Amino acid sequence: MNPISLANQSLAELSNWAMYSAIAVYLLAFLAACAEWTFGTRGAIARVSEKDSKTAAAIRLEEPAEAAERHSRTGNAAARETSGGGTTVLTPPASAPPKRPEKPGAPTDGPGAAGDIPKADLVGRIAVSLTALAFLLHLTSVVVRGLAVGRPPWGNMYEFSTAFALMATGAYLGLLAARKPVRWLGVPVLFSVLVTLGLAVSVLYVNDAQLVPALHSYWLWIHVSAAIISGGIFHTAAVVTVLFLARERWEAAIASGRSGGRLATVWQRLPSAQTLDKLSYRLTALVFPLWTFAVIAGAVWAEAAWGRYWGWDPKETWAFITWVAYAAYLHARATAGWKGRRAAVIGLVAFAAFVFNYYGVNIFITGLHSYAGV
Amino acid sequence: MTAGGPRLGVVGWLRWLWRSLTSMRTALVLLLLLALAAVPGSLVPQAGRQPTEAAAFRVRHAWLSPILDKLGFFDVFSSPWFAAVYLLLFISLGGCIVPRCVQYARAMRTRAPLVPRNLSRLPHHESWHSAAGPEEGMSAAASVLRRRHFRVSFEPGTNGPIAAEKGYLREAGNLVFHAALFGLLVALAVGSLFSTTGQKLVLEGDGFTNTVTQYDDFNPGTLASGDDLEPFGFRLLGFSATYQRSGPQRGTANSYVARLRFTKGTDAPARNVRVEVNHPLNVGGTKVFLLGHGYAPVVTVRDGKGKVAWSGPVPFLPQDSNLRSVGVIKAPDAVDAQGKPDQLGFSGLFLPTVRLTRKGWLSSFPAPDKPTMVLTAYHGDLGLGSGVPQNVYQLDSKNMTQFKDSDGSPFARALRPGDRMKLPGGAGSLSFDGIKQWASFQIAYNPSNSTALGSALAMGLGLMASLFVRRRRVWLRAVPMPGGGSRIEAAGLDRTGSERMAEELATIAAELRDKIPTTELNAKDSTFRKPHQEQW
Ligand code: HEM
Repeated sequence: MNPISLANQSLAELSNWAMYSAIAVYLLAFLAACAEWTFGTRGAIARVSEKDSKTAAAIRLEEPAEAAERHSRTGNAAARETSGGGTTVLTPPASAPPKRPEKPGAPTDGPGAAGDIPKADLVGRIAVSLTALAFLLHLTSVVVRGLAVGRPPWGNMYEFSTAFALMATGAYLGLLAARKPVRWLGVPVLFSVLVTLGLAVSVLYVNDAQLVPALHSYWLWIHVSAAIISGGIFHTAAVVTVLFLARERWEAAIASGRSGGRLATVWQRLPSAQTLDKLSYRLTALVFPLWTFAVIAGAVWAEAAWGRYWGWDPKETWAFITWVAYAAYLHARATAGWKGRRAAVIGLVAFAAFVFNYYGVNIFITGLHSYAGV
Repeated sequence: MTAGGPRLGVVGWLRWLWRSLTSMRTALVLLLLLALAAVPGSLVPQAGRQPTEAAAFRVRHAWLSPILDKLGFFDVFSSPWFAAVYLLLFISLGGCIVPRCVQYARAMRTRAPLVPRNLSRLPHHESWHSAAGPEEGMSAAASVLRRRHFRVSFEPGTNGPIAAEKGYLREAGNLVFHAALFGLLVALAVGSLFSTTGQKLVLEGDGFTNTVTQYDDFNPGTLASGDDLEPFGFRLLGFSATYQRSGPQRGTANSYVARLRFTKGTDAPARNVRVEVNHPLNVGGTKVFLLGHGYAPVVTVRDGKGKVAWSGPVPFLPQDSNLRSVGVIKAPDAVDAQGKPDQLGFSGLFLPTVRLTRKGWLSSFPAPDKPTMVLTAYHGDLGLGSGVPQNVYQLDSKNMTQFKDSDGSPFARALRPGDRMKLPGGAGSLSFDGIKQWASFQIAYNPSNSTALGSALAMGLGLMASLFVRRRRVWLRAVPMPGGGSRIEAAGLDRTGSERMAEELATIAAELRDKIPTTELNAKDSTFRKPHQEQW
């Protein structure tokens, strides 16, 4: 073997080593995130007994009477304060909760996984730090793989899966970096990242790095990276949507006086259904144009490579299905009677179509895009 | 007349139908149907795109296929029901966006909407005392808002109220996005009516002129005749491929290059051009793509009388990435040792770098390092005269007899270039004289490319405006105070529900208070709340 190939081989091994380390650290991060939920349980229960309410929910549901009272109190205070000076402060006083539910009596956001328990909070922070460390190892693995194979590291399903999982973690850490309080996303996000990477290293791994000549194009960078980034953010939106459905059920149960079910302490610590719904919408609306761009870039590439921009190849067909399904989701959000649950289900169907396009189409269906390497 | 509710009448029904069709709910259901309708198109091989797979599928699912055929599942994307879904969707879209465009144009011309009576009821509001009189305060406010690109409606010289609005681009973007969908539809329609595509396999040294008869396979659009193809031609001077020789990527192609001697029109001077994967040759909108490549062993077949029955290169078709290729050689004019017509046929493999394993003859590298041809031979009737068009890459051995070796096993030989094999019984011989390469080209003309690209870009831009621009309104009012000065009330409403409105309103108010002094007595109130961090 000549020196160049040796160097490539050892780079590929380095990439694999970084990947196994990343998986190990992700696993630790996952356990820490689970521990945060477990330790936080006591806090949630304590608050219930403290408030002495019948249902676990009542503490998070502002009772209408109480809310009304609070409103009048703050109103009076403001009026009293200002009667001398003739100035009215129309803004809510600073002591008011940062964000009120839009209707009095509507559920408010839960306290998060740690449930105000300091120990749980500490474990939660450790989970985030471990996630960040795992992300760096994961990033190293992907970059080094790119150097080893001398092209963008997303030429087969192993590489696609690892890049997609990287973006999924990236989207989660990105939200945290933007100071969004989304630590509660850790458990489900790390779970799917671990499953994806586990499948990637065990089932999908390919050592040889053959790339069909049609992929020798700068469009590989543009089109595929846009698709992968979209995938990472769609994934986060889908996780939030699942949590929305769970929390919404819980809220409905509480509102009708039933118990919140066995996992009530989990649902109760999540943000309100309304907040979750808004978050998943924002994430989807944020990436939908990028996904649109990915599809258009794919069409431009197909025109440059095969002489037609759209040929209903299975991969193109599923990109179309995904796109139309997400458009339907955005529509549903603006259609009376389809907001909430139904829109959420459409959003999940759209994400399922996205995932099927990468796993189902590559494995079960043959087409021009068969670069699967499985 | 029947008793009961009011009768709708024909016009009433039509109106009801139209209103239902153009409702958001119908649009949503049609969108979901469109996604659903595309699914079978990916699961069942489409006859137009993958004819061989579709045929194989029909054989495999013999009982199901007639039903699928009736449903149009082998040709989903031109089936009537698929067309029905998207045409209904586009009618709905037209009925939806035309009125919205009219509304939008009207909104751009009319004044901003009425001012709510009680500004403090709005989710974001501010109020403070100003030393200036109401008119002065309001005209200052109007100029602050104008500088921030709000559309302001305000009667100068009054106490207000001011109504201002910003973010009209949101609705405009949404309309552009939806209108651009029509552009895409038009592009797809024009493409399927007027585009032409065709494939041609060209041997090194051979030529091609762009006329229908020259193609191996030609697919014109519904209204394209193929009579007015772009006039050009080329000769394939040579094809070269380079491959990674070592490392984990051994065998991967580094480049494919076809060198052409190209002539445009009939009398333009010829020039040399290169065509590579992803780098087609563009001739006035018609593009020549490099589609594939392979080897063509050059052979000479002599018959039983020693006469040359066939001579020349024969393209073999690659089966894998190391270019293990299959092919057939036909010599219809051959005669046997007695001089009686007895056609000869050969079928077998070409292996650029041969490797014999237990699984059979393989190729271990795509370059011709150890080229070998493995052939078996037949004699009899090639079936060329039957009138049924025949695939040149297949041997119809129905009426042929395979030659046998002396031990009775089927006759087969492995040949290196320069080798010659003699057929048993003096039936003739075949010599392997050399190797040529061939390249196949896709020649495509689609007049809708620029329409499609333009629509797609408009769609993307419209979408971004529609999703990222916030449409918001700001209102201000000044109330004269008995002791002089005025109280200024401001409120904002973000129709997209974004929390950034609080911040924006605070900035506007702060700017205004910089311009017109606040009274001392409310200095303490003028410290503004910091906008809350958005909570998720
Ligand atoms: C060809 C099919 C269609 C596609 C792909 C499509 C796609 C979309 C997308 C992606 C959005 C989200 C952008 C935004 O929120 O501004 C949207 C919004 C919207 N669409 Fe469509 N649409 C289609 C047909 C229609 C039809 C038929 C109607 C009317 C019945 C319609 C009315 C609307 C309206 C009113 C909005 C704005 C919703 C809002 O306020 O958020 N669309 N559409």
